Amino acid sequence: MPRVVVDVMLKPEILDPQGQAVANALPRLGVSDVASVRIGRRIEIEFTGEPDLDRAREIADKLLANPVIEDFTVRVVNTDETAGAQS
Amino acid sequence: MTARVGVVTFPGSLDDGDAARAVRIAGAEAVRLWHGDPDLHGVDAVVLPGGFSYGDYLRCGAIARFAPVMETIVQAARGGLPVLGICNGFQILCEAHLLPGALTRNQHLHFRNRDQVLRIEATGTAWTNAFQPGQEVLVPVKNGEGCYVADAATLDRLEIQRRVVARYVGGNPNGSLRDIAAITNEAGNVVGIMPHPEHAVEALTGPSLDGLGFFTSVLKHLVGAPA
Repeated sequence: MPRVVVDVMLKPEILDPQGQAVANALPRLGVSDVASVRIGRRIEIEFTGEPDLDRAREIADKLLANPVIEDFTVRVVNTDETAGAQS
Repeated sequence: MTARVGVVTFPGSLDDGDAARAVRIAGAEAVRLWHGDPDLHGVDAVVLPGGFSYGDYLRCGAIARFAPVMETIVQAARGGLPVLGICNGFQILCEAHLLPGALTRNQHLHFRNRDQVLRIEATGTAWTNAFQPGQEVLVPVKNGEGCYVADAATLDRLEIQRRVVARYVGGNPNGSLRDIAAITNEAGNVVGIMPHPEHAVEALTGPSLDGLGFFTSVLKHLVGAPA
């Protein structure tokens, strides 16, 4: 069954201290060519029927993201591309 | 007649007991309200306490906003019911769009727990009329996601309309923009504050008695308010 994936990211102008902390840790791994890291959230939604992007957008706007500080995108993916897929 | 102030308990609320105690010490009757019950039981004002409602899942306050009790509180707040959101309660008020902006992870990523000086800047609200403008108070602050953010236009509007209720003095504990610790809505009946006045209401347990002013303010407000 296809799922709708919602990606939620902090808006570019909102400071992401978690991402900064990760970026600051990278040199300790010997990684020196990363300019910045931003951390977001990926949510997978499975509808009982066909995947409904409009409905997913409504869910994201009302609950999954806070439009004051976050942007989101929605897209349909096949089950074998999602984290819950059985291998 | 004794004023009745509701204190909401969500799953994960921590400071509901202290908030109810502060209400009683201020001289009102504390009425415990349950997140799943939309009935406000005739209370004259409501406190949304600190804690981690619904485990802070998704975002702080994001799920609490949809609790049955919140639907009633949002309606009543738009009609003038005094509502004070403390810490997690402030986050819930922002998520419910009763207050502008949002509260995000502390800039330094550390949970900050200390006694904090605040300057009270707006004394016309239902929850701060017992203070003098510019009065400094000492109350505990304890949060991991207390960094107040909003876009520049919103911040400017808050300043122009004198809706910044309190600012941090002597060090900003979380990176909040413009040192904002508390704000109010346009009508002044809804106040969100990140530090904890309910922990500063008696000498045995608090760093001061300064927090009591928030709770005596609402009683003063209710006496003056039309029935």
